[in-house]
Amino acid sequence: MKRTIVPFGPQHPVLPEPIHLDLVLEDEKVVEAIPSFGFVHRGMEDLASKRDFNDYLYVVERICGICSYMHGMAYCEGAERIFGVEIPDRAKYLRTIWCELSRLHSHLLWLGLLADAFGFEALFMQSWRVREKILDMVEDSTGGRLISSVNRIGGVARDMDSAMLAGFVAQFDKMESELRALTKVFLTDSTVRARLFEVGVLTKQDALLYGAVGPMMRASGIELDTRKLGYAAYGKLDFDIITSNGCDALARCEVRIGEIFQSFRLIRQAVDKIPAGEIYIPVSGNPKGEATVRVEQPRGEALYYMKANGTRNLERFRVRTPTFSNVYSLLKILPGAQFADVPLLILTIDPCISCTER
Amino acid sequence: MPTISKSPWMMHYDGSSCNGCDIEVLACLTPLYDIERFGVINTGDPRQADILLITGGVNYHNESVVKQIYEQMPTPKVVVAVGICACSGGVFKDCYNIKGGVDTTIPVDIYVPGCAARPESIIDGVLQAVELLARKQTEAESATAAEGEAQ
Ligand code: SF4
Repeated sequence: MKRTIVPFGPQHPVLPEPIHLDLVLEDEKVVEAIPSFGFVHRGMEDLASKRDFNDYLYVVERICGICSYMHGMAYCEGAERIFGVEIPDRAKYLRTIWCELSRLHSHLLWLGLLADAFGFEALFMQSWRVREKILDMVEDSTGGRLISSVNRIGGVARDMDSAMLAGFVAQFDKMESELRALTKVFLTDSTVRARLFEVGVLTKQDALLYGAVGPMMRASGIELDTRKLGYAAYGKLDFDIITSNGCDALARCEVRIGEIFQSFRLIRQAVDKIPAGEIYIPVSGNPKGEATVRVEQPRGEALYYMKANGTRNLERFRVRTPTFSNVYSLLKILPGAQFADVPLLILTIDPCISCTER
Repeated sequence: MPTISKSPWMMHYDGSSCNGCDIEVLACLTPLYDIERFGVINTGDPRQADILLITGGVNYHNESVVKQIYEQMPTPKVVVAVGICACSGGVFKDCYNIKGGVDTTIPVDIYVPGCAARPESIIDGVLQAVELLARKQTEAESATAAEGEAQ
C-alpha cells in the first residue's frame, strides 16, 4: 500500500505545547512515528553556571509551570544534601502537602485535556472547574497560582496555620463527591470507553523494556512509586500505589483517577500529623559536593543531579524528567494506531514538553 | 462599530514557555473565567484567527514557526505577548537558545505582564486586543473608501 507522511505539529489544536511528529501512514493506520524536538529548548541547565545557586532555584521552578513546586523542592533537597542539613519536620510536612496539591491540579488538568482530545468538551470544563478550587488553595497558602516560590534551601518560606489547613480539609468532602461523579463518566460512559478501551496498549514487558515511568508504567501493571522512598514526609504517611493491568488508555485514566483520591488521603493524614515548630533553618556558605535526588512527579519519576565545587555557581545541574522517559513508550504505542487516535495517545503519556526540552 | 469586535477568534501558540502561562491561557476558557462570554472563541487554525496569543520567548528553533503563523493570519491581526518571557525573555533571557521576547521576531501590539500571567490580566489583554482590532479594521475600511473616491 502507498505510504503517506503527515506532519503533525508543532502547532496543533489539541496540543498546548509544540511537539513535531512525522507520521508515516498506510491508509488511516500509523506505521511509524518520527519525532523531532527542540521547539521549547531554552538551555536552562547551562544557566546553572551563570547564576548564583540561590537564585538558580527560581530558574529551576520554571522548568515546568505545572510541576513547578516539585522541581523547586527537589532542587532544595539536593542542595540540603550537599550542605548536609536536615530541615525541620514541619517544613517536611508542608512540602508534602504542597506536593500533593500540585499532583491534584496536574491530574485534573490532564483529565480535562484528555476529555478535550476525544471531543467531550463538557467534561473538560467540569474537570477544570474543580481544579480551580485546588488552585485557590495553592494561592491562599503560597501567594501564587502556579509558580509558588515557597521553597528555600533549608526549609520553606511560608507557614500554613491550623485554621487554614482545617479549612482545606473541610472542602475535601464536597470535592471528593463531585469528583466521584465526574470520574464515573470517564470510567463507565460508553462513548468514553469506546475511545479509550484497548487503545494504545503497552504491555508490561514493553513498559519495562522502554523504561516507562509514572502512571504510564503503573497502568501496565508495575507497582513502583518513588514516593515510597520516603522523601519529605512521605515515609511517615500511608498511601496505596495505584496500578492497573489494563495496559491501555483507559487504564492510564483509571490510575490517575485513583491517584487523585490517594492525594486527598495523603493531605488529610499530613494535616492530622503535622508537628509544630520551625519551618526554616538558615544555611550559609557555598556548596561543595554532589547529590542525586529522585522525586515522584505527577507524570512519573524525575531524577536530578547536582554538582557543586565550592563557588557561588553550580558546576553541573542535570534533570531527567518523566516525559523524557515516556517518549519511548509513546513511539512504541503509536505504530498500529488509527490516525484519529494520535492526539489522544500523545495525551495519555501526559506530555510535558517544556520539562523534556528545558 | 466594526463587526469584528463582536466575535474575534483567538489562537494560542507556545513559544518556549515553561507551561505556566499556557495553562493560564487555557484556564481563561474554563467556567471560572470564561473568556467566551466576550464573544472570543479559541481556534487552532491560524488562517481563521484574528488575535494571536504567544506565551514564552522566541528561540532559534521556533523562530520560523512563529513567523509562519503570523504570516498565515488574515489582516487585520493583533499579537498579544503573554507573560514576562514573551515580553522580554524573562528568566530565560540569558539562556543560549533564547533569542528574546516575541517582538524580536514579529510585531507585538499588547504586552501582558506576570509570571505566570494571571487569567484576569490575560483577559484584560485580549479585550484590549479586541478594541485594537476594531480600530485597525475601521482604519483599513476608511483607507479603501478613500482610495475608491480618489479613482
Ligand atoms: S512568564 Fe513565567 S510562567 Fe510564563 S512562561 Fe515565562 S517563566 Fe513560565
